[in-house]
Amino acid sequence: MIQIEGLAKQYGTATVVADVSMSVERGSIAVIVGTSGSGKSTLLRMINRLVEPTRGRVLIDGRDTSTTPAYLLRRHIGYAIQGHGLFPHRTVAENIATVPTLLGWERARIAARVEELLRIFQLEPDEFAAKFPHQLSGGQQQRVGVARALAAEPPVLLMDEPFGALDPIIRSKAQDDLLDIQRRFGTTVVLVTHDMDEAFRLGGRVGVMSQGRLLQYDRPEVLLTHPADPFVARLTGTADRSLRLLSLTTAGEAAEPGAGDGPTIAAQASLREVLAVLLWSGKASATVQRADGTPAGHLTLAGILARGRAS
Amino acid sequence: MTGLSSRRIRIDRLGALLGLAAIAAALWLPLLVYKASRIALGDARSLVDALPLSGSMTLMALLLAVAVIAILSADARVRLLAALLGVLGVACAIVVAADALVPAGNRVVRIAPGAGFWLLLLMLTLLATDALSRLRPGPGLRVLYLALAAGVVYLALSHSIFDNLSIMREYAANASSFGREARRHVLLALGSVCAAVLAGLPIGILCHRVPRVRGAVLETLNLIQTIPSIALFGVLMVPLGALATAVPFIGELGIHGIGAAPAVIALFLYALLPVVANTVVGLGRVSPQTVDAARGVGLTDRQILRQVEMPLALPVIVTGVRIVLVQSIGLVTVAALIGGGGLGTFVFQGVGQTAIDLVLLGAIPTVALAFASTVVLDALVEVMNRTSP
Repeated sequence: MIQIEGLAKQYGTATVVADVSMSVERGSIAVIVGTSGSGKSTLLRMINRLVEPTRGRVLIDGRDTSTTPAYLLRRHIGYAIQGHGLFPHRTVAENIATVPTLLGWERARIAARVEELLRIFQLEPDEFAAKFPHQLSGGQQQRVGVARALAAEPPVLLMDEPFGALDPIIRSKAQDDLLDIQRRFGTTVVLVTHDMDEAFRLGGRVGVMSQGRLLQYDRPEVLLTHPADPFVARLTGTADRSLRLLSLTTAGEAAEPGAGDGPTIAAQASLREVLAVLLWSGKASATVQRADGTPAGHLTLAGILARGRAS
Repeated sequence: MTGLSSRRIRIDRLGALLGLAAIAAALWLPLLVYKASRIALGDARSLVDALPLSGSMTLMALLLAVAVIAILSADARVRLLAALLGVLGVACAIVVAADALVPAGNRVVRIAPGAGFWLLLLMLTLLATDALSRLRPGPGLRVLYLALAAGVVYLALSHSIFDNLSIMREYAANASSFGREARRHVLLALGSVCAAVLAGLPIGILCHRVPRVRGAVLETLNLIQTIPSIALFGVLMVPLGALATAVPFIGELGIHGIGAAPAVIALFLYALLPVVANTVVGLGRVSPQTVDAARGVGLTDRQILRQVEMPLALPVIVTGVRIVLVQSIGLVTVAALIGGGGLGTFVFQGVGQTAIDLVLLGAIPTVALAFASTVVLDALVEVMNRTSP
């Protein structure tokens, strides 16, 4: 669990981050979203003390981060940035092994961990371990960057616009991978982005920052239905917020008992996707099916529309 | 029309220039200069005068063939072979001519290579290096070629093949001091470069870390570079001489106003700018994202410098060392003026005695040293760039 208490950063008279307090539950994903210059990156960098706060403090699992030397603190906090920041003169395996080596792990344990991570990130060890970063595609470099951040099994992972340099299709895949891996390791993640769709897709809680202030920090659906500030409303988008709201719920979660008369839909599809399929097929209801093929109930057009209404 | 244009012959312009210049040099410039004694005025002999008819005809035929290949052939291997055969032919010609012109046992007559010989050698080596660069050999292969060439030259010299040429006569007269001065030359150049690297790296790192220092340091070093070398040697003589007189202990260490001390200090000062500037450029080239990521995963400042910044800056730094080494090998020659020793000793003795052969005895090995260090360090830079793009 991460607790941020009254955190502020000033450079001379300029206030970059002003009095931010928030907490991130253990094993959840918090996304900070904001325009450039909103202070979101500075806030993130104060958690692992790449930027020293002017005021306030950060507690990780109850421990004040200022009590540990900064470089030791960082070895237990994963850190991944836009454009990956891999060491160009080291191989993929050496890059991933960076933090375990710093922590003095035994060689056999490091090798096993590197191989495990390469497999998790769908990079065949025989093919990729000895390659240099410039021999990889952008998506592969990004995966190695996240693998390096996770190498020493840190309880906390900080990500600064990690998918910003990827094209939309690869970015979507990378987001899915992140969700999988976060569930698998139970890592607490704080991610900074300027992409609202990414924030809603990944964030258990989403914080909106502007001019150094945290305007609202809540579950995505609350941000959509009850924006605390005109800026939040503008950023989350008033025109299509009903559709965004639908995209937060899966078919499986919303399904009602019984079978539908229209197309069959996978349970993990979002209501937004179900709505699109129903509109296209002209049917009024769809059957929901789980991944193992068993029926999960049905969804009606009217039911979906009701969920997209301001409540 | 179609047949002719599709089989049109391509003319290699560089090859044409070099080939025709070589032919012209062979026809109209003296192959060698015959001197009755070491400092007597020479009598220039052309290729036809210097060689028996069969010899001069063979060499002209060989040179013509080389020129034709240089102009018409597109195969780099054939061009290289032709150029090397040309070099071999010219070398044989001067040896045969010298052996024929010097009466047996005569140690007074001098046979000096003439303008034609030097020009032929230059054109043919240019052709050879051009062909070599078209073959794009890897760094290891280039060092191997250099070693092969050095081996061939060593074999030729150790078998007394060129002993009737004037330069080798000068070598024979100075054999005892040549080895000593050559070693001293290398030692002065390497010593000052090593000192410049040892001092320049920390200064460069400081300049990279503290931008305010950078301008002042680089401008000061720039200013030193603009001082002519002889002036700097002279300027250093006075304080060092005074120091050695005032503190006898320093004099006992071998530091005097003249000799090696001012030479090494001057060479060190000249070498400092390229080392510091390249260190600053090399470190500046490292992506800020890479450094940020390194700090973010928990490397200390020292670990970032050693494990990330220095390895990534190294190719640029070694390029600086290459510049400095070549520069120092050349400048050591001037150090002979203030008693620093080195191959420059022969150059200045030769100038004083108007004995051009003695000048060449100092100059040719200096050029060869500079060339060899360029090839080796260039190869090193390429190897480093290959592993870290």
